[in-house]
Amino acid sequence: MSQASAKTMNTTDARTPLEAGTRWRLHAIGLVGFFGLWWAIAASGLMPRTFMPSPGDVVLQFIKLTQDPFAGYTLQTHLTSSIGRYLLGFGLAVLVGLPLGLLMGWFRTLDAIVTPLFEALRYIAPIAWVPFAALWFGTGIGGPTLIIFAGAFPPCVVNAYRGAKQVEPYLIEAARMLGLSSARMITQVLLPAAVPSIIAGVRVSAGLGWQSLVGAELIVASSGVGYLMVKGQSSISTAIVMSGMIAIGVVGLLIDIGIRQIEAAVNRKRGRAV
Amino acid sequence: MSDIVFTNVARTFTRDGQEFPALKEINLAVRDKEFVAIVGPSGCGKTTCMRMAAGLEFPTSGTVAVGGKVVTEPGPDRAVVFQQFALFPWKSVAENIGFGLVANGVMHAERTRRVADVIKLMNLGGYESAFPHQLSGGMQQRVAIARAYVLEPQVLLMDEPFGALDAQTRVVMQEELVRLSRVNPRTVLFITHAVEEAVYLADRVVVMSRRPGMIREIMDVASVRASDNWDRFEKIEDVMDQASFVHLRTHIWRLLREQQAPADH
Repeated sequence: MSQASAKTMNTTDARTPLEAGTRWRLHAIGLVGFFGLWWAIAASGLMPRTFMPSPGDVVLQFIKLTQDPFAGYTLQTHLTSSIGRYLLGFGLAVLVGLPLGLLMGWFRTLDAIVTPLFEALRYIAPIAWVPFAALWFGTGIGGPTLIIFAGAFPPCVVNAYRGAKQVEPYLIEAARMLGLSSARMITQVLLPAAVPSIIAGVRVSAGLGWQSLVGAELIVASSGVGYLMVKGQSSISTAIVMSGMIAIGVVGLLIDIGIRQIEAAVNRKRGRAV
Repeated sequence: MSDIVFTNVARTFTRDGQEFPALKEINLAVRDKEFVAIVGPSGCGKTTCMRMAAGLEFPTSGTVAVGGKVVTEPGPDRAVVFQQFALFPWKSVAENIGFGLVANGVMHAERTRRVADVIKLMNLGGYESAFPHQLSGGMQQRVAIARAYVLEPQVLLMDEPFGALDAQTRVVMQEELVRLSRVNPRTVLFITHAVEEAVYLADRVVVMSRRPGMIREIMDVASVRASDNWDRFEKIEDVMDQASFVHLRTHIWRLLREQQAPADH
């Protein structure tokens, strides 16, 4: 093997961590490259400005949206109503999914009844629930909530179930010897033992729920970031659509950072417990 | 009255459609307040015997009865001390010990008193709010024994409880268990592969043969202990120095050696 190719192998080997400085430089290259290319194409005038606004146009549009109402409200108001909708769907998914997963992890009969149904339904993407949700639950609160729920529900169930199944058998035997009822077994043995798995599931669930949001808001006829983007599309404003995408990306990132913090705190506390 | 009676107990495992006898013709009666140890080569089914008394496993034929009732499920009347301690890592020492009482509806005031009593009995004072991972193996097993004792069970089932401890800690725990069974005698079924431990602790030692596990011999240690007055010694090494102890130990060793397959050497 030649020296040059050996060196290439070295720098692309994902198992060897990069030095912090190198990593930040590469991050910067990626970002500057992306925005630079974007700006260059926009500035070249090869594409109409309506479809290819420059990064600066998008930033200005973004700021404008926070001040002047578009599609009825400012961006903040749209975001607030999106977040409310999201919390409802995501909250329901957690409230129903975690207990269901734990119960399935303890009662074999329930596991056998629910598993085939669940396995079939979980592969229907949240966006594929849109027409059904609109028909059955309407375009008010019900429909969008169902779509977000469809995205956030499966990871809650799966991780609570796996966490319950992976409890050390001798802990379950000790609990049975102590005379625990099924209710106590689930709430005081399976649940605490499954906490790391549950938090990981909730994190995935939070992300998938937020990603389902725009799908949910395609059928909403009043407010929300998704609604704002649909309106932006009909008024042929790429900059508005892109502003909505940025808002969704930033809020999604913040949600993930928040849950990561909780996850890290819990793992720190339990890391000592292993 | 809380005896443990094995009547014609057999246990077979089925693997790839073939039946393997694991236990055969087990007839054993552990009397009320008697301490019986079962020793045998690994895989002889001695742990299975204990688990059947606990209600965690069941015989293929025959019955296991505790206090005259055939065992059908685990319960706090038959407290188990596991080799892996099996403490709940998210509960403190006091919570681990009191958990069985909570589960059985014992009221707060009585619970607090009983937990405090066993904490004193097991020399766990000062560690009430510690978590299992902050304790040494020996201390963790003390908590597990306290958790079993606090239930005031009719029988104690111990599955190689000191097997995971280092030699020094094991000796301390053995002496402790002797002290405990004098203060507070229980019917005990104790599983071990350590011959000295069995002779030192038990009233009778059951020697089992390898697969299929059968009772090879039951040795009466209590009468030897009484006639030679082992109880006058406080330390295990003084007891182990006695000619009568050495004699019993060597006899059991020979029985076990005869069981060994060539592959075990």
